[in-house]
Amino acid sequence: MRSPILQRRRLLAAAALTLASPALGQGTAAASRVLKFIPQSDLAVLDPIVTTANATRHHGFAVWDTLYGFNQDYRPEPQMAEGHDVANDGRRITIRLREGLKFHDGEPVRAADCVASIRRWAARDPLGQVLLARTEEIAAPDDRTILLRLSRPFPQVFTALAKPSAPVCFIMPERLAATDPARPVAELIGSGPFRFVERVPGSRVVYERFADYVPRPEGIPTWTAGPKRVHFDRVEWHVMPDAATAAAALQAGEADWWENPLGDLQPSLRRNRSIVMEVPDPIGFIGMVRFNALHPPFDRPAIRRILLGAVDQDAFMSAVVGADRSLWRDEIGTFPPGTPLANDAGMDVLTSARDPDRVKRELSEAGYAGEKVVLLAANDFPTLSALANVGAETLRRVGMDVEVVSGEWAALMQRRARRDAPDRGGWSMFFTFWTGLDMMNPGVNQALRGTGDRAWFGWPTMPRMEELRDQWFDAPNLEAEQRLAREIQAEALREAPYLPLGQYFQATAYRRGLSGMLKGLPVFWNIQRG
Amino acid sequence: MFAYIVRRVLATIPVMAVVALFVFSLLYIAPGDPAAVIAGDQATPEDVERIRASLGLDRPYLVRFGAWVFDILRGDLGVSIFTNLPVSLMIKQRLEPTLSLMVVTLILAVSIAVPMGVIAAARVGTFVDKFVMGFAVLGFSVPVFVVGYLLAYVFALELEWLPVQGYTAFSQGFVPWIENLILPAIALGSVYIALIARITRASMLEVLQQDYIRTARAKGAGLRSILFLHALKNAAVPIVTVIGIGIALLIGGAVVTESVFAIPGLGRLTVDAILRRDYPVIQGVVLLFSFTYVLVNLFIDILYTLFDPRIRY
Repeated sequence: MRSPILQRRRLLAAAALTLASPALGQGTAAASRVLKFIPQSDLAVLDPIVTTANATRHHGFAVWDTLYGFNQDYRPEPQMAEGHDVANDGRRITIRLREGLKFHDGEPVRAADCVASIRRWAARDPLGQVLLARTEEIAAPDDRTILLRLSRPFPQVFTALAKPSAPVCFIMPERLAATDPARPVAELIGSGPFRFVERVPGSRVVYERFADYVPRPEGIPTWTAGPKRVHFDRVEWHVMPDAATAAAALQAGEADWWENPLGDLQPSLRRNRSIVMEVPDPIGFIGMVRFNALHPPFDRPAIRRILLGAVDQDAFMSAVVGADRSLWRDEIGTFPPGTPLANDAGMDVLTSARDPDRVKRELSEAGYAGEKVVLLAANDFPTLSALANVGAETLRRVGMDVEVVSGEWAALMQRRARRDAPDRGGWSMFFTFWTGLDMMNPGVNQALRGTGDRAWFGWPTMPRMEELRDQWFDAPNLEAEQRLAREIQAEALREAPYLPLGQYFQATAYRRGLSGMLKGLPVFWNIQRG
Repeated sequence: MFAYIVRRVLATIPVMAVVALFVFSLLYIAPGDPAAVIAGDQATPEDVERIRASLGLDRPYLVRFGAWVFDILRGDLGVSIFTNLPVSLMIKQRLEPTLSLMVVTLILAVSIAVPMGVIAAARVGTFVDKFVMGFAVLGFSVPVFVVGYLLAYVFALELEWLPVQGYTAFSQGFVPWIENLILPAIALGSVYIALIARITRASMLEVLQQDYIRTARAKGAGLRSILFLHALKNAAVPIVTVIGIGIALLIGGAVVTESVFAIPGLGRLTVDAILRRDYPVIQGVVLLFSFTYVLVNLFIDILYTLFDPRIRY
């Protein structure tokens, strides 16, 4: 006869198994077809045209596709486009769509969808605005042909359509692309490799492989170009605002990939044999300090320019990333090193020996009379806080009277929009980081604009810079672009609307066993387990 | 009693009105611009202005407040500036994790802290009493996030007994649900256990010196019966009060605990909304928390009558 205690134990075990059954399924083959990703931040805004947030751009590349991709040489390459034809001295451009492209709702992608999407994107994007200004007609003569009739040739047209810096020219159905670009679209229907399934704000975002997606048949997948072959049925973003929790989740195997591990936690992750760490984006992030050109002392370009002699990019980057020189680079000018327009014009002002006493003397000679410098310092982002601390110290060393206004980034963004004098609630300078993608040419780098009141915060007036920028749009080839880039860099270092503070690279961490991760942005095609 | 409850419920209306006015005004004058956050760093001032206008953030204070109050009276908490989702839906999505965390913490805390306090009072001055009080001091002193990280390191990363983070809905099974809540509940409950244990001990010490306890002892009642049947019931009023006050402590602690254990609850919703200046969400969540707190206090007041029949409303 069986013991009643044993029977009760069996009963309890059976009950526990029943209760646990949903969890047990998680370890099956199905789970291995799920990629669990921890993004750098929550996906707050879903429409990639409304915001320039990086998380939204990465989400955008999952859901939507682009007419042109961006390859490892930082050049455009047809993606949704089958090819194009340029005629009439570059004034007539015909783009032919690939066959069989479909939206997630089953509707075919038509040229009319592309025309509406280009119009909506162009209203927000600086390169797009130039394109629109030169466009006499943009039309869809048939379902697979997009026609651009320009008043002036625009050699950067394919660069504009391919560029991965936000906002990206994603193709949406015409009915959605008709939405005001300042308002989010009502549905998330794209023709990208993943279908959007759900989002619980602050918690998770879920995508499923789009079965009808047709990858390009040829080419090599790099950045956002080439065939986008998907090897996971499902991609889940798990939002973890706490870095230590994200690190623990990756170490415990509860997540596959953490986009941006914090510097403090990287040594422990590197020691873990189950985790691989690498730098996916060779362009990284560029730090800058932006001046308010409306008010003293930085309304005088001479004062701004003299401060270039005080900038020690080594000190700024060490404060941001630490001593590991493989994660940062100094001697950074206007364009990110390694990109086609990077050059050394005028760089001696940044690379020569630093001499604070000389800078102090030059400031005095240039008319700096001890005006207060109101420095906005974001305290909720460690990288920005580090820049501000080193920046304040640098200014004090050269004899400037600095008042540090510390606050959350959201509050500082409001203050930086104010054009009042610094002592009346305005500001003199603030620090920020931009991705290298946002600075790789004069068309996307908003900080180079010199249109005064209409320019980016700081509002410098730089007519020569605007001329050079216009010439760059007309540059017929890379050589001409590079020649102009040298002039633009020299002008940028002469006018100094901002000071470059160095470049750092963000490592990413993922479980050993994942392969095929592409350089550049966190995208979910090509990557596979095993 | 019924009339009292109705009176108290009606009294919440002016309280909520004051909370609403206060929260709206505070957010209005607080620095920060959601339009700039949405537009992103590279956006031009023109882009930011266009987004601000499309969100209606350029309207005057009274117009915005009036529209909000009108919506609230119709039961509409508005739409999130960032996610474009109804605030009520966002709260609904986050309610279960937070409620689960609070209920498990409450059960855990009360079932550990009350016996601890009773035993400490019964063994006053002994090693057991000192141990309990030492534990209470530790519970008060160590921040929730430190306890959380330590628990996650030991029980999730090293021993691999429990998950590091996340939340599984109750509908997906009791075991995965409770597995995800054990560590956060212990972390969040540590302060709460300390608080309740100390109050229980103090209250019990006072009651144990009463004449009727001496009488019970003289009549030969057992220690367990004296402590839990005679003394605890009479010591319950301050304990219940502290448990009620502690709900506010739990709400505050949930913000940290939910971040440490990546639980998608109301605490994190609030923090995220504050950082982004998502005004409708902040207003909705604060109203909900205030309403909850008022109701908890009412419930505690009613509980008094069960423990002490002399209390009448």
